[in-house]
Amino acid sequence: MKFLVSIFLTAVLAYSLGLYMPWWSIALAACAVSVMLYQSPGFSALTGFLGIFLFWCIMSWIRSKANQDILAHRISLFILKKDEPGLLIMVTGLLGGLTGALGALTGSLARRAFFPLNKH
Amino acid sequence: MRTVLFLISAAATIALIVLLDSRKVLPAPLGRLLSPQEGVWQNAEPINTSFSGDLSLQGLKGKVEVFFDERLVPHVRAEKEVDAYFVQGYLHARFRLWQMEFQAMATAGRLSEIVGEKAIHYDRTQRRIGLTYAAENALREMEKDQQMKAGLDAYTSGVNSYIHSLSTSDLPLEYKLLGYQPEEWDNLKTALFTKALTNTLSGFDRDFEQTNALRLLGEDNFRALFPEIPDSLDPVIPKGTLFKQPDSLPTPPQFADSLYLHHGDSVWFSGEYKPDPSNGSNNWAISGRKTKSGKPILCNDPHLSLTLPSIWYEMQISCPGYNAYGVTFPGIPGIVIGFNDHIAFGFTNSGRDVKDYYEIRFRDESRSQYWFNKEWKNADKRIEHIRVKGKADVLDTVAYSIFGPVTYDQSFSDKLHDGKAYSLRWVAHDPSNILRMWFQLNRAKNYDDYLQAIKYFNVPGQNMIFASKDGDIALWQQANFPLRWKDQGHFVMPGSDSSYMWKGFIPQEENPHVINPEQGFISSANQRAADTAYPYFIPGSYEVYRPIAINRRLRAMENITPDDMKKLQTDNYNVFAEFARPLLLKYIDESKLEEPEKSFLKLIKDWNLRNDPGEKAATCFVNWWDSLESAVLYDELHKSALPISEPDHFVVLEGLLRDSTDYRFIDDIRTPKKETLSDIVNVSFQKAAIGLRELESEGRLEWAKAKNTTIYHLLKTNAIPFARAGVMNGGGKGIINATQHDHGPSWRMIVHMTSPTEAYAVYPGGQSGNPGSLYYDNFIDTWAKGDYYPLWFMQPGEEKDLRVKWTLNFKP
Repeated sequence: MKFLVSIFLTAVLAYSLGLYMPWWSIALAACAVSVMLYQSPGFSALTGFLGIFLFWCIMSWIRSKANQDILAHRISLFILKKDEPGLLIMVTGLLGGLTGALGALTGSLARRAFFPLNKH
Repeated sequence: MRTVLFLISAAATIALIVLLDSRKVLPAPLGRLLSPQEGVWQNAEPINTSFSGDLSLQGLKGKVEVFFDERLVPHVRAEKEVDAYFVQGYLHARFRLWQMEFQAMATAGRLSEIVGEKAIHYDRTQRRIGLTYAAENALREMEKDQQMKAGLDAYTSGVNSYIHSLSTSDLPLEYKLLGYQPEEWDNLKTALFTKALTNTLSGFDRDFEQTNALRLLGEDNFRALFPEIPDSLDPVIPKGTLFKQPDSLPTPPQFADSLYLHHGDSVWFSGEYKPDPSNGSNNWAISGRKTKSGKPILCNDPHLSLTLPSIWYEMQISCPGYNAYGVTFPGIPGIVIGFNDHIAFGFTNSGRDVKDYYEIRFRDESRSQYWFNKEWKNADKRIEHIRVKGKADVLDTVAYSIFGPVTYDQSFSDKLHDGKAYSLRWVAHDPSNILRMWFQLNRAKNYDDYLQAIKYFNVPGQNMIFASKDGDIALWQQANFPLRWKDQGHFVMPGSDSSYMWKGFIPQEENPHVINPEQGFISSANQRAADTAYPYFIPGSYEVYRPIAINRRLRAMENITPDDMKKLQTDNYNVFAEFARPLLLKYIDESKLEEPEKSFLKLIKDWNLRNDPGEKAATCFVNWWDSLESAVLYDELHKSALPISEPDHFVVLEGLLRDSTDYRFIDDIRTPKKETLSDIVNVSFQKAAIGLRELESEGRLEWAKAKNTTIYHLLKTNAIPFARAGVMNGGGKGIINATQHDHGPSWRMIVHMTSPTEAYAVYPGGQSGNPGSLYYDNFIDTWAKGDYYPLWFMQPGEEKDLRVKWTLNFKP
């Protein structure tokens, strides 16, 4: 349950921070969630990854769908050198997910280092 | 231990973020770029985007309504005239911001700021030909005019109003990809755009190459390869027109013959970043006597580099003073080619030379003084400060002589190995209130208004076509054209005294012009303006065959309708081939040919002389002729490594038609054998056949495939995914449909001067500059097929018309 809640909270917090802050605020969001809801570092990292991966994949997929992939065709040729809108969405998710994972891992390790008593 | 792990993890997170936010390791900041909230996904414009809205903007004086039709063409209705320019600026920025700023910066020589040191040479060139200096001179003149100043200020405020509304995530895609931000627009950038245009249309010069050609070929051969007037000239001003003879004409300075024409020195120079010499256009106006309706028809298709975003942005502006429709240049206010309730107007390039180089002798390396009229004169200095992305700034000092900027000197000599300095005299540097022309044309009601308007235009020389609802048709070739003695400006000139300076300008009223001619139509297609009856020396770079194709058809047509004009504007008939084919077929020896040469030849023999998309024969012919031309000229022109100007397309064909087997350039002077016309026709065919075989094996023998019309993004090959390649389109050089590989009709317009006005047009692009928009390239297929859109010239009372798709309201 905590796992799912963490994923959900990470995505929501990342989206909210992103309205006011640069893209890397996703790491802050993932970090904050794993400080608040402690999980083992491994689980935290997975949570952070999935939270941001899903957020970035879903949001880019929605935008691309509404755009009939016009942009995704062109940008995938630019960045991936092949015409694969779907792959571009996956890469988007992976890069976001990786950043989220590291952020969450840091949060979990911080919690373990500085607030060990609150360990559940 | 736990703290250490935490610190390692935190450091790794930061490192990853830095990696994904910069170009230090990865070629692009992929995290920032792909963030769906901030990066390129934000530029994925939903298909069903609404462009409606209500805006309250500072700087407006009254209300403005913008009605967008389904093609995203805005029909602007302003309560106050000056607000129309504000909203035009806003819309240009809204749909084309990156393009307009990039072009202004490219003109000013500021690309190094964006792309880094690889652009330094380009930037120095732009600065050393004095484009910013020219823009400053023009702006000073325009801002003296209160009405123009108000218009320019309003336009600038409109652009800035949009820029200020942008957040990082709203930035156009190119800013994100290249990693920079827009700066404030200002009136200088508007002036710079006029100079970009001037450079595109009058920046082509071949003074250095011609100087070499003269030295290498001798005067006799030079004149044969660079004739002043083509045999087949069909001039803009109909033959037989009488011109006013001036009281006196300029004469060459004493000793010009020996010092100038037989000037022994050679210069070693290779032009770079020169505007494409095929920048040209077609325009014509038909008198009501030749149209079915009895009303004039005006047509125009300017040929430019085809780019995405398109150089054109279509719109209608209506306000209390006028109601005009047409295309605009993102970067300047006003309608540039179009029509209003009373008149229609358009342009083709005159091709005339308004740009000369003078050799300057500096006193010493400081370049502070130069020798002129028997004394040392002080040179002005302009320090060009070039900022370079990721590198130290570059400072470049440019001296200015009485002629203008000293473009080439020892500090800019990588192309010029003679160590000499050359100063540029170019009409583009002269002050002029150039935008006033469009300001008045948009408001013009009749021929007299048009005539008043065009006098403000000093350069580049344009054939300004006109038609009115009163029934008049007219054309003026307008600019400040240098008054020259014969041969002046063909070659670089001595700059040590005033004797080689231009002797003023040809009086404006003596510029070539024609009004309501007997023949019932006027046309121009970049050919020489007039035949020998015109008293002045008018060198330039001229087209020969397109005008023949147009005039021949127009002479024969009666009861003309806009549909006929659509067919004419998109016509693929090859007049050049009509002249050249009999010559080729006469000298080709079929008995020596094998397959597949024989079948290539058969294609040419059976060809209908049309460069239609599917014509294989067109590909065969073009390759054969290019091969032949090279066989005739290469030996003469490339005797040394010196760069040299290439003769115009008509020269070899006319030479062979006139002198046949005796044409003086047939023999390959590098071989002991004396080649005959038959030899070179056969050899060149066999050579061409090798290339044709290759094309055939790749399945690219059809003309459209061989030509592969491509509309590149402004970043050219750096942004191939934003281009449209393989557009199936016919036409070509010397053909009315002048579409070449990446160059051609950038806007096709037909205006029928009926009431209400009937008009059709299309351009190969789309209204939005965003590669993530449906409206980025949605007109291309229509354009390629030779189809047109009927233009909706919206009138008061039509606000509820079904053609209004979105409404954007502006108020102060």
